[in-house]
Amino acid sequence: MSEKTDHKSIDYLKKFLDYVMNNVIFFVLFLLMIVIVVIDPRFISLTNIRNIFAQASTRTIFALGVGTIIVAKGTDLSLGRQVGLAAVISASLLQAPAYAYRMYPDLPALPVIVPILLVMLITGLFSFINGVVVAKFKVDPFIATLGMMVIVYGVNSIYYDRPPYGAQPIGGLDPRFANIAQGYFEIQGIIIPYLVIYAVVAVALMWVLWNKTKFGKNLFAVGGNPEAAAVSGVDVAKMLIMVYTLAGLLYGLGGSLEAARIGSATNNTGNMYELDAISACIVGGLSFSGGIGSIAGIVTGVLIFQLIAYGLNFIGVNPYLQYVIKGLIIITAVAIDNRKYIKRK
Amino acid sequence: MADQTSTYLLEMQNISKSFPGVKALDSVELKIRKGSVHALMGENGAGKSTLMKCLFGIYHKDEGDIFLEGEQVNFTSSREALDNGVSMVHQELNQVRSTRIMDNIWLGRFPKKGLFIDEEKMYQDTLKIFEELDIKLDPRTKAGELPVSESQMVEIAKAVSYNSKLIVMDEPTSSLTEKEVSHLFKIINALKDRGVSVIYISHKMEEIGKICDEVTIMRDGKWIATRRIDDITTDEIINLMVGRDLTHRFPPKSNHPSEVILSVDNITAQYQPSIKSVSFDLRKGEILGVAGLVGSKRTDLLEALFGDRQIGEGTISLFGKAVKFKSPHDAIKNGFALVTEERRATGIFPNQDISFNAVIANIDAYISKTGLLDESNIGRDTDWVIDSMSVKTPSKKTRIMSLSGGNQQKVIIGRWLLTEPDVLLMDEPTRGIDVGAKYDIYQLMINLADKGKAVVMVSSEMPELLGITDRILVMSNGRLAGIVETATTTQEEILRLSAKYL
Repeated sequence: MSEKTDHKSIDYLKKFLDYVMNNVIFFVLFLLMIVIVVIDPRFISLTNIRNIFAQASTRTIFALGVGTIIVAKGTDLSLGRQVGLAAVISASLLQAPAYAYRMYPDLPALPVIVPILLVMLITGLFSFINGVVVAKFKVDPFIATLGMMVIVYGVNSIYYDRPPYGAQPIGGLDPRFANIAQGYFEIQGIIIPYLVIYAVVAVALMWVLWNKTKFGKNLFAVGGNPEAAAVSGVDVAKMLIMVYTLAGLLYGLGGSLEAARIGSATNNTGNMYELDAISACIVGGLSFSGGIGSIAGIVTGVLIFQLIAYGLNFIGVNPYLQYVIKGLIIITAVAIDNRKYIKRK
Repeated sequence: MADQTSTYLLEMQNISKSFPGVKALDSVELKIRKGSVHALMGENGAGKSTLMKCLFGIYHKDEGDIFLEGEQVNFTSSREALDNGVSMVHQELNQVRSTRIMDNIWLGRFPKKGLFIDEEKMYQDTLKIFEELDIKLDPRTKAGELPVSESQMVEIAKAVSYNSKLIVMDEPTSSLTEKEVSHLFKIINALKDRGVSVIYISHKMEEIGKICDEVTIMRDGKWIATRRIDDITTDEIINLMVGRDLTHRFPPKSNHPSEVILSVDNITAQYQPSIKSVSFDLRKGEILGVAGLVGSKRTDLLEALFGDRQIGEGTISLFGKAVKFKSPHDAIKNGFALVTEERRATGIFPNQDISFNAVIANIDAYISKTGLLDESNIGRDTDWVIDSMSVKTPSKKTRIMSLSGGNQQKVIIGRWLLTEPDVLLMDEPTRGIDVGAKYDIYQLMINLADKGKAVVMVSSEMPELLGITDRILVMSNGRLAGIVETATTTQEEILRLSAKYL
């Protein structure tokens, strides 16, 4: 009898371990929070939570873009530079009319939405080209977007570093523009930054797109098995182009918000953001082999990194050590997560 | 025992192997004499490959013993077999195409001079083997630049370089021209002179008669006979291969072909080698079989019909109207469906659930007025697929990878039935699935034909072609060798037609 119970409890333990392993990323997040809270209980405060969410907002938008590409078996190294381009152009068109060093001294005060839509169009176009190069010319996404990354940086720098002011950060933003990112509203004493709202809306829309539409089904089909998708009547090339373009639109939106959040922009704004966004996606359970991932995973991935950056700072961990922790988390999380897919051989 | 060991190089005795639901090998024996060429024959699914995989340790045999030169062996990998003088020249050649021939031959055991690779020795050793086998190639040529026939010779040279005593050749001539075949035979004879034995797997009767000394025939996973080649006729071999009870393996046929719905007139694929000048009609309510040997371009024919292969010349008319499909999407819109041959490669979405796999080709039908997908309709249709195909699955949210091959295949067929096709193209629909599931799939095809759909089925299994089709189109080397009425044809006639343009 006791043997039987032993078996049963071992069974439960195994099941629990399996569950933990299969959802390892959520447990990592949970564990990390516990550790930080134990070291400094003051960490749990509305202010801190709000800050983390606010800082994670634009990153979430970028990760949603590149995450969609990753599910389609691609990747996008040009993300950061496209964000930079979006930030510079939107900032240059939305400097306060009273500001002395305007890039366009005679430009009237534009409705804020106009430059934002314009940069979304521009990054959408660059990403559309990414899509065409990957889908039609069959260039490996790593290479195609590596090239685009360099091109966009060049284009951005040419636009940015011009007389009369040269390579000066583009500041003095129109308060209306700064306000869309720095503003917040208050409900019963709780401050909710606008940025968080944008991110929540983006997450909700992308969740619907991934899970409730034909686009979403085709996305997973193209990423999971492109040959089978083609035979099932999915236009694989068109899907890829749409996926890249969609990501470009998100970079444009996020890049504008990034300029407004920081309050200025340079041609180096957004540098290396792609690596943060891609790591967040990968840690969140998306696979480079395509066809695997969830929006919840992306959001969790982004939050983990934000939590590390903010929380570890809060408890005073050496910033260099933070890099080590970050790297370790990327590798271990993915190594454990991979078990799900390799064990069935 | 002492006597046997002196005459036989390899003895496989009472080999049995079961997979879930199938007994793939049932006490099979195979005895190969030293320096002889031994044909291993049987229909697809007879168990030839499984037997070879047991020899090389790719599969773990359930029962039986293997003796090599009288010593019991139990290889656990092809590498171990290779080190013991047993090698295989595969139907699909595995070579590192971007490196030189000699790199491929010595891969994993490069001759060394100190820390570095001894290029000169590698070159000379390769050349020596080539001379012995009368292969006129420069060992420094890139492997990827060689045509299939020469790659195959390189593979044989590689086997020789390991001092192989036994070389297994799986369908070695399936993509060779007549001249290349005669060169291959010269090489095989040179191997025999060196005392090497060859297991020769092939369907081609004439070749067997020309090059082999003995033949072992398998059927349904069982050993049937081993004879000297001089003591057996081609007809006897075919009879031994086929001779089985066909009753109750197929559901009764109840469909009645009526008017022509699809006319294919003289189509030739744009990129050759592929199909050339193929014409046929397809009727409503008909099951049309497509027979042919490996490499006869049967799959190409289906791809051309499905818009997945560019057609250079010729026309296809559907319901009397000429159609030209630029992509599978066009074909699907016009009522075509294709169940592909490579279920893993081009059929399933392995990490997705049954529901996703069932509805993906019909996704347009579930878009509601809001632009979102109608989950309840998706659920209903998934249930329909699971019920009507009798898919055995714990739930519709189960990942398709965890189902058996037969159940995966049922989901894929269900996927296409949801699109309500007029013409259902099926490429080897019953490959690798168990007998019970096969019966279900046959029944399904007949039901479809009953409802006025047309079915085209490519198959390498003669019995199923003869069992459920109305007519059989025979392909040979990319060309149409003939169309026969199933009721009046014989297996022999089909085999003859298959070899027509070789």
